[in-house]
Amino acid sequence: MDFFSSLLELHAGLLKREATASELADLSLQRIATLDDRVHAFLHVSANCVAAAAQKTETVIGRESILDGIPYALKDNMCTRGIETTCASHILKGYIPPYSATVAERLDDAGAVLVGKLNMDEFAMGSSTENSGFFPTRNPWDLERVPGGSSGGAAAAVAAGMVPFALGSDTGGSIRQPAAFCGVVGLKPSYGLVSRFGLVAFASSLDQIGPLTHTVEDAAIVLQAIAGKDERDSTSANIQAPDYRAALTGDVRGLRIGIASEYFGPSVESGVRDAVTKAIALLEQLGATVSPISLPHTEYALSAYYLIAPAEASSNLARYDGVRYGVRAADAGNLLDMYQKTRSTGFGSEVKRRILIGTYALSSGYYDDYYKRAQQVRTLIRQDFLDAFESVDVIVSPTAPTTAFRLGEKVHDPLTMYLSDICTIPVNLAGLPAISVPCGIIDGLPVGLQMIGRMFDEQTLLRAAHAYEQAAGMAPLRPALAMGVKA
Amino acid sequence: MTALETVIGLEVHVELGTKTKIFCSCAAEFGAPPNSHVCPVCLGSPGALPVLNEQALALGIRAALALNCSVPAQSKFDRKNYFYPDSPKAYQISQYDEPIGQHGFIEIAVGGEKKRIGITRVHLEEDAGKLSHSPYGDVSFVDLNRVGIPLIEIVSEPDIRSAEEARLYLEEIRSILQYCLVSECRMEEGSLRCDANISLRPAGQREFGTKTEIKNMNSFRNVQRGLEYEQERQTGILARGENIAQQTLRWDEATGTTLVMRSKEDAHDYRYFPDPDLPRIVLSAAYIDARRGEIPELPTQMRERFEREYGLPAYDAGVLTASRGLAEYFDQTAQRVRDPKSASNWIMGELLAYLKAAMLEIDEIQVTPFALADLIRLIEDGTISAKIAKTLLKDMLDSGKDAKTLIADQGLIQISDEGELRAIALRVLAANPKSVDDYRAGKEKALGSLVGQMMKETRGKANPQIVNRVILELIAGGE
Repeated sequence: MDFFSSLLELHAGLLKREATASELADLSLQRIATLDDRVHAFLHVSANCVAAAAQKTETVIGRESILDGIPYALKDNMCTRGIETTCASHILKGYIPPYSATVAERLDDAGAVLVGKLNMDEFAMGSSTENSGFFPTRNPWDLERVPGGSSGGAAAAVAAGMVPFALGSDTGGSIRQPAAFCGVVGLKPSYGLVSRFGLVAFASSLDQIGPLTHTVEDAAIVLQAIAGKDERDSTSANIQAPDYRAALTGDVRGLRIGIASEYFGPSVESGVRDAVTKAIALLEQLGATVSPISLPHTEYALSAYYLIAPAEASSNLARYDGVRYGVRAADAGNLLDMYQKTRSTGFGSEVKRRILIGTYALSSGYYDDYYKRAQQVRTLIRQDFLDAFESVDVIVSPTAPTTAFRLGEKVHDPLTMYLSDICTIPVNLAGLPAISVPCGIIDGLPVGLQMIGRMFDEQTLLRAAHAYEQAAGMAPLRPALAMGVKA
Repeated sequence: MTALETVIGLEVHVELGTKTKIFCSCAAEFGAPPNSHVCPVCLGSPGALPVLNEQALALGIRAALALNCSVPAQSKFDRKNYFYPDSPKAYQISQYDEPIGQHGFIEIAVGGEKKRIGITRVHLEEDAGKLSHSPYGDVSFVDLNRVGIPLIEIVSEPDIRSAEEARLYLEEIRSILQYCLVSECRMEEGSLRCDANISLRPAGQREFGTKTEIKNMNSFRNVQRGLEYEQERQTGILARGENIAQQTLRWDEATGTTLVMRSKEDAHDYRYFPDPDLPRIVLSAAYIDARRGEIPELPTQMRERFEREYGLPAYDAGVLTASRGLAEYFDQTAQRVRDPKSASNWIMGELLAYLKAAMLEIDEIQVTPFALADLIRLIEDGTISAKIAKTLLKDMLDSGKDAKTLIADQGLIQISDEGELRAIALRVLAANPKSVDDYRAGKEKALGSLVGQMMKETRGKANPQIVNRVILELIAGGE
């Protein structure tokens, strides 16, 4: 057993007493100790997780929960009571939340064992994890390359087998793009399916928590544990989560797949294009029908996103003022000085850039031209998808236009960096569920296939992704780094 | 120089009387130790999210309807962004362009004339925290108990023409909201707060003059004083041919003047935008009707009814409708007595004096309207004298016993038997020949002394009308 085993295998192993929960937690700590000085996925490791797991072991036998006794890690923008939560920002250094996010509570209730908190782009703003205020995370497939972002720590930790699953958050592709770069499965659920309570907000109308795993089945299992109405989140949907694993029939006969030319533009590398095209052909062989569709407003999605998300962020991040928690600039002469020094030194440059853009977009005299217009574009993009889903069940595209790029390659060119999310951003604007599944390896780097589903129709989405994954026979992908490791 | 007209608009903030805060379940209680009613939501902890308290929504809508506003089927919450330590999220959740109520009005009585004051809008929002500053100037303290207390802001049209009208408007708002059980509206506790915009213009001119905004007027009296001061200050400036500076001012009660807080150039850009954490408010017609059904008879209606049904003078009706509790107390008493004016006299006189002295509210006393009505009926049917009734009422307030029990206990039934009173009167006249002579000599006062002696003999139980008549008859007969 290692953390490339499926969750069902790990669960069976625990039931058969081939391993105990504390042994699995200990295995995770060993893997982190062996690999993470090279990968840098973790910001915080809970050394006492073995003891915590030992207590849970008692409860494993005779319980239904597949996650009982399974170690996992959280992106560091999800609050964990008593455990430092920083969003990879200096401004939250030392912040210990008084409460846990709903997702952390639900996983705890399911018996899963938290081993640590994962690196990310500061406040989830970025596509490479290079914007972490502390250090960049490296791609386990090539340590000179980025793992993607902003959930880069989560994708890298799962890809390297340090934990069997992790939770990330996705505002414009932050689960799916790193999943694609690291060769794992990343699921962004429909907006409102998973509670955001305790997720430190970046852009509230776009943020959504989801799992990063090795297989679609594992993603379904984790989603089952975290989905469903939460009274503490007014935007959480009042729906009963269906049985997601039951949807994984392996059968996609008659499934109507849409291909939008807008997602295969010139920015998509030929290798990525080929891998995705092959994947589509495989789905067709499995009995799905493929037809072209149009999402005509796609070209405006990036602009709309980079007004709406920063606007919300400028307000969401205003609370980091040095008054109540986190870091306060020491040498301030008065209140205004304290605000300015705290925020100038506490935030990194990408966060400051977005706060400035967002503040500008909401300012009196500019609101109508920017924020309001962006919301109108958002409505059009949502309508594009509604129209498309009249004739298809799932839309398939590359997750990202490229494979993982080199560290430092795009860090000084934010606009090029923003283009890495061109296939994923429209999905967040529309609130739809989408998944990234590995569909090939080019020059030693994984490629991700994105599938987009109807609102709250995770079942069809997961069924399609699972059927493809089974037929492709690639999962789980194991980077070379993780192969030589004995644990 | 042409006469100047004063134009005033008020922004009134009222705390809603909910048990818990507007977006979390912390207690909405006044006077608790600092930072004891706080949680991750009202502290603005990273990741915490607001959930609307339905009671706050219901009270806000009830208030909007009571102020004659139209309540749209949909409204929404917006964020008002500003940095200040009293605001832990650095934004206030408020309503910008889609408030819960708009286009309302109330009526006030100015010099006996009814005047309608328009209400532009009523919107829901959360209160901010409270700052206090060390007297040594080295440190400030933040108390976040008040953060998230539900508020409505009531914005008037610029229909108010004097400081007195402003006070009357404010008093009427308070009384309507108290009647509706929306808020206790205690200005001294800050559960009702008022900011005012005031400008002057030549009478007859349509355009408004440059306005100033006055804050920190923390009592009804100070609202009137502050506005009177500012009206005079602006008049002086204009008389000198100078221009009014658009400013926000602070009323300073100690000096009775307004001080500059900030100028127009410092005005905030609050960057309002819809709060993405809160779904739109969608109200069914049935829901709005239900809230309308919760509105009781309002003070103006009650005042008019008391004058019409009970024949009360306007003054009495005004005093008795000052609070819903008092008005209902009177209403229930008056329905059970022959002369409603006597109920008014007893309540406005004895009862209000007692409440004031004991610092009690009308609903805190032991005498029910039924018991008071019983007492008044005993006077009306001649069982007891008004004088005895006064003593009895005191006993009733102290003991909680009803009048009949106390009368039986103390043997206080009035003596109306003419034969018995005649016998006593003969004794009194015989013992006071000088008073009898004085009266005959034309000194009217002497009669009072004789009646007083009668009362003394009967320990106050003699029926005063009969006593008067009997004494006069005896004096006349003895000639």
